[in-house]
Amino acid sequence: MSPLILVRGLRYQYDDGTVALNGVDFRLEQGETVALLGANGSGKTTFALHLNGLLSGEGTVEVCGLPVNPKNIVEVRRKIGLVFQDSESQLFMPTVLEDVAFGPLNHGLNPKKAAERAMAALEQVGMSAAAGKAPYHLSAGEKKRVAIAGILAVDPAILVLDEPTTFLDPPGQRALAQLLSALPQAKVLITHDMLFARAMCCRAAFFRNGVIAEEGSVEQMAQRYEWDFVAPRTT
Amino acid sequence: MHIPDGFLSTPVWAALDAAAAPIVGYVVRVAQRGFDDAKVPLLGVMGAFVFAAQMINFPVGIGTSGHLVGGALLACTLGPAAACVVMSAILAIQALVFQDGGILALGANVINMAIVGVLAGYLPYHLWGRSRGRRAAIFAGGALSVAVSALLALAELLISGVRMPASVLGVSLALFLVSALIEGAITMTVMGALEAIQPNFVRQPAAGGRYALVAAGLAAVLLAAGGVVFASTAPDGIARLARQTGISGHARTLISTPFKNYEASWLGAGWLAQAGAGLVGLALVGGVCALIGRKR
Amino acid sequence: MHHVTLDRWSRGASALHRRDPRVKIAAVLVFLVVLATAHRELAWLGAALFAVLCVAARQARLPLAGALARAGVVLPFTAVFAGVSWLAGDPARGAALVMKSYLSALAVLLLVSTTPLPLLLRGFEMTGAPRFLLMVAQFLYRYLFVVSEEAQHMRKAALARGATLGGLAGNAARFRAAAGALAVLFARSYARAEEIHRAMLARSFPGYFRPLIELHFHGGDVMFLVLGVLTPVALRVLIERVA
Repeated sequence: MSPLILVRGLRYQYDDGTVALNGVDFRLEQGETVALLGANGSGKTTFALHLNGLLSGEGTVEVCGLPVNPKNIVEVRRKIGLVFQDSESQLFMPTVLEDVAFGPLNHGLNPKKAAERAMAALEQVGMSAAAGKAPYHLSAGEKKRVAIAGILAVDPAILVLDEPTTFLDPPGQRALAQLLSALPQAKVLITHDMLFARAMCCRAAFFRNGVIAEEGSVEQMAQRYEWDFVAPRTT
Repeated sequence: MHIPDGFLSTPVWAALDAAAAPIVGYVVRVAQRGFDDAKVPLLGVMGAFVFAAQMINFPVGIGTSGHLVGGALLACTLGPAAACVVMSAILAIQALVFQDGGILALGANVINMAIVGVLAGYLPYHLWGRSRGRRAAIFAGGALSVAVSALLALAELLISGVRMPASVLGVSLALFLVSALIEGAITMTVMGALEAIQPNFVRQPAAGGRYALVAAGLAAVLLAAGGVVFASTAPDGIARLARQTGISGHARTLISTPFKNYEASWLGAGWLAQAGAGLVGLALVGGVCALIGRKR
Repeated sequence: MHHVTLDRWSRGASALHRRDPRVKIAAVLVFLVVLATAHRELAWLGAALFAVLCVAARQARLPLAGALARAGVVLPFTAVFAGVSWLAGDPARGAALVMKSYLSALAVLLLVSTTPLPLLLRGFEMTGAPRFLLMVAQFLYRYLFVVSEEAQHMRKAALARGATLGGLAGNAARFRAAAGALAVLFARSYARAEEIHRAMLARSFPGYFRPLIELHFHGGDVMFLVLGVLTPVALRVLIERVA
């Protein structure tokens, strides 16, 4: 079975010359949920932006067998859905329904069909009651679920979520974990939240200085790189 | 400076609505050509920024504070056409959602603040933005954008017959001058702070001869508006002039038929003479500036 | 916040709310023009048109007192000019100013209170407004409160850190601090706009926005259009003829 994501030797430099990615190799297989761990600035988000062609560097990036280039970009962006950290910037349409229907409309569905797809996606995330609401009125957790619905509406094969538990309170985090577990798509989760990573992910890749230093289970990475938060003893 | 409905006389608001439509259509096309729909979020969010910016107070004296109006700042960072579009959107939202400014008067407000005001704010920067007088140019832009918008609004109100004795006029002009200076200071300081954060935000003034005509048009409009405002402080002088040149007799017959429904008895030789003087002045200045522009 | 209330009102469920935005826009424009071009019997006309608006507000199940109060936002500005007019010996003109500006504001308020803004903007497309400009206004409205909230936070932070110097030096310091705050707000807004654009591209934005909502006329809309257009005109003709 060919991998859903195949990255080989990915290199990327910012305009000012800083090397953000220095030869990254990565694979994602069907049904996997992989955590991307690492310090801020280690390249995790930059890497994610290459997966749907928002950034392009040197090396190979293939999604569902398609090389990520201008010719394939529309199909690639249907197959891989990015959920950004700040849902406020992701829900940019005036109402929830219009926002979730944005993807389907862009892929050529007529308004009636796009609305139907959008409602179905909202049902999947449990937000169909909010269809007519303005995104501003939703809580952080609700916004995150609507953002996910917007991605699900075009029937992707892969979900990539960048720091999804930021802004969420513990019940919100639990609800998100439940929702994601129920979705059949393969997932890549960029996260600092180790409890979340342990609960969701079968595998973790640790980013350091623009490369994946090591891969293994979440537990192995946590121990190897001392990546858990342990409060200092005061007594 | 946002003129509500009910203030402007029908010929004034109708003419300005008719003039605003093609002008706005034009700046939209210019802004879009540079940007296409992809820049809608940028212009929209920066419009929200200008709204929000009005909440931030700039202390200017004992207990008084001013706030940013924003036309000049937008023009120097997003470019003049984009700034015109953003300010137009702001005025539309202000009129609809906040009832700040009328709907029939929207054409007038857009021309005053979103078109002429923005261009007046950009012009000094375009001319002197590369030189050592940069900060002064930015200050001048901010001040001009507010001063010109206010002057135009005042002129439109006066032409429409809104009562404004010389004393009130004087106070208004003084207030506008203060607001203009405040806007200049705020724009200059904010631009400086912006350059410190991100030099790329402040765009380099584009070279181009098109602005000579814009400068000409601007100067002409300014002179005409200024003419109307100052002439209204001495209506007797104008009326005397009109009588002497024989315009007034013709004016009375012209006015009596189509304007029969307008009760305002002030409408007499004074009005037409003022408007006439303004138009002649406009044509003269415009012609001179266009000639200068062509020689460049 | 004013526009949050308006937003709530605009999502009501009355018959007026359900009308096509285009016919509501047409009715309001006719109302405004009838009012603006009137010069005789203004007291009677004003009273009649005020009654029409009150009936409309009731039909839309809006809180009448609240609506009348919100429309009063024009009054301070108008009162100044009315006062000047009165002092200059022309009280009739001053009264006309107050009446016209208030009724115009009330009419527009009713329009926006019965139509969610994005739908209203779609309706304005029919008057020939450029779609690009309407989309900018739509995004502006969407992020108005978001950016305003950020500005509030910055304002509070600036106050907390506030210069303790008094007098001119203190003023200058606070002025510069405010400019710095604005610059940061500018940068944040710009960055947000880039994030939004990235999110749009990630969801296959083709370079133009495709509308989801399509406007269709119904029978009730035609009836409302006829009613809305004829009422102010008929009232004015009647009043000017009879009085």
